[in-house]
Amino acid sequence: MTKLSRRNFLRSTGMAGAATLATPLVARAQTDTIKIGGLHDLSGALDAVGVPMNQVFKLAIDEINEAGGLLGKMVEPVIYDPQSNMSLYSQYATQLALKDRVDVVMGGITSASRETIRPIFHRYNTFYFYNTQYEGGVCDRNEITLGTTPAQTVARLIPYGMNLYGKKVYTIAADYNYGHITAAWVKRYVEENGGEVIETEFFPLDVSQFGATVSKIQGAKPDFVLSALVGTSHMGFYRQWAAAGMKSEIPVMSTVLGAGGSDQLILTAEEGNGITASFGYFEEIDNPTNKAFLEKVAAAYPDKDWVMSEISEVTYEAVRMWADAVADAGTTERDPLLEVLTSGKTYDMPAGKVKIDPKTHHAIRDVYIAELQDQVFEIKEAFPDSPPADTQMVCDLVENPDSNKHFEISL
Amino acid sequence: MDYSLVIALEMVRAVAWLVLLASGLAIIFGMMRIINFAHGEFLMLGGYTVVISARHGVNEWFAMLVLAPIVVGIFGVLVERLVIQRLYGRILDSLLATWGLSMLMIGGVTMIFGNSVTGVATPLGGMSIGDYQVPRYNFVLIFAAIALLVAIWAALKFTKAGLIARATMQNPDMSEALGIPTRWVYMATFGIGSAVTGFAGALLAPMTGVVPTMGVNFIAQSFITVITGGASVIAGTLTAAGLLGSISQGMTFLAGPVYGDAALLLAALVLLRLLPQGITGRIFKKSL
Repeated sequence: MTKLSRRNFLRSTGMAGAATLATPLVARAQTDTIKIGGLHDLSGALDAVGVPMNQVFKLAIDEINEAGGLLGKMVEPVIYDPQSNMSLYSQYATQLALKDRVDVVMGGITSASRETIRPIFHRYNTFYFYNTQYEGGVCDRNEITLGTTPAQTVARLIPYGMNLYGKKVYTIAADYNYGHITAAWVKRYVEENGGEVIETEFFPLDVSQFGATVSKIQGAKPDFVLSALVGTSHMGFYRQWAAAGMKSEIPVMSTVLGAGGSDQLILTAEEGNGITASFGYFEEIDNPTNKAFLEKVAAAYPDKDWVMSEISEVTYEAVRMWADAVADAGTTERDPLLEVLTSGKTYDMPAGKVKIDPKTHHAIRDVYIAELQDQVFEIKEAFPDSPPADTQMVCDLVENPDSNKHFEISL
Repeated sequence: MDYSLVIALEMVRAVAWLVLLASGLAIIFGMMRIINFAHGEFLMLGGYTVVISARHGVNEWFAMLVLAPIVVGIFGVLVERLVIQRLYGRILDSLLATWGLSMLMIGGVTMIFGNSVTGVATPLGGMSIGDYQVPRYNFVLIFAAIALLVAIWAALKFTKAGLIARATMQNPDMSEALGIPTRWVYMATFGIGSAVTGFAGALLAPMTGVVPTMGVNFIAQSFITVITGGASVIAGTLTAAGLLGSISQGMTFLAGPVYGDAALLLAALVLLRLLPQGITGRIFKKSL
């Protein structure tokens, strides 16, 4: 692995300079558009999430081009469909970096897909934006991470629930990396607030029958249920919970429901009412930027059957912030862009105020708690300037710029 | 006391669920030796029939009990005529073809209805057993499973069509020689198997909701139940569902759903090691 030192830097830039002199015809500067790569699952298991992300991604690029492009050039999207398939992710990432020679890439949805493509972009110095809420811990100078992490959302949700309902929590979570890490955070925040997690249960992703758990929860009598269930078959929990008549008995909060933009549409109003969630974005956020944004989206995609969620809105943020930095720095080279992005500048986005933490390259952003009513999330509370405290525990890119790792944050 | 009652009820419900899930597949696989890899998507189609017709004001029960089996049954007959009939005796080809069919169905449903459709709520609400609340719908599932098994048994045992079906299943060449048009028997069997699967999907819809890709979550359980059960449609499905359902649900109560899933797989593994032809390959051999 190449260390980022002055000597290496000089040598590599020197060689790059020599290469440019020797082969002027293939140099990057010769391209007449600025290329931006998009890797979102447009088919396969994750298309319900990937399609909205890609639509918003294209909308943001159209906006830039309508306003005259960047540095006098048009911005050209280079879009591939990784089909929710990790080997296609690595193939297309390599293609974007080496063949298409794009200036920046946005995308990746699951942590698995990100950990497939992140090292590829790191190796080829292709600037990369990851726009999904995830479990935290990525420490890579080449990546800007704009989605929320558990320290931003779970940390708010737990005290909110404990104030409202009581101190005994029953956690149900998906049985994979995300669910386990989130359950660990839940336990930590519950205990920090003087409460108790009376039980934590994990569910394989194909479990759709929750009768046993619904009974067990009733036996345990918690003050509220915290769900980190993921995916379509886990939606069965909310429905079977309502069917047993438990909705009026024990409240449910979720760290996931509403993340993909269509969960709240799959549940009927009666089944979903009262479920509380926390994200960095909800459609109901009341500011002029958000209103204008939603109007533009509605005009561009009048037939859309999804709700704007954090994951899509953050994709829009990523393109806008990158474009702003390009205009500011006057180049698409990564290092000058990073300098602008981490300079402490605050961006006015539909989700509220966003800035980049120079230590982790994660977003410091407004976080919201909202309650589902009639298939719409109503905002209950906002928490401005929430830092990615979890990733900050393990990552300091100012001190270790060579870091290229996804830390498992142990609690 | 209340709690043990609730556990018992949940175990019976889990068994009933496996019976519903696997019966359609058992009819098709057990009688025709066709591996229908699109089984999960047939369930999905049944679920969509309920959700879409309920949204257009059709009575939910009518949609579940009547419409879904008819729609998926007709679809099954079409599939048999267009694809399956060319593949009898070619078990791997039929597997590949139905796998392709499953992707086609997922793509088609996504194109027509989009990725997210608001489901129907579980009907009937909850009821109390002592300190516990359970969905009344559980009893619908249990009753439906019993009714389904009795109906299949009666049809096979007491009707002429059942006799012909059993004859074709036992010895297709001899049946053909005796003037039975086995092609039509196969078509009807595939249609009925599909209808039963559609019925199961319809009953599933109010419990989990429907999305185009839901089928994949059920296909493993269905196949495990059918393979473990062996060739007899009723005795096989019932014994396999009874064993696997109570073992996995019991483990779920004792140790959690991860262990419940693992116990189901382990039980199937052990059973197939001891009884490679399935339970009814050795025990209850003569049963239906």
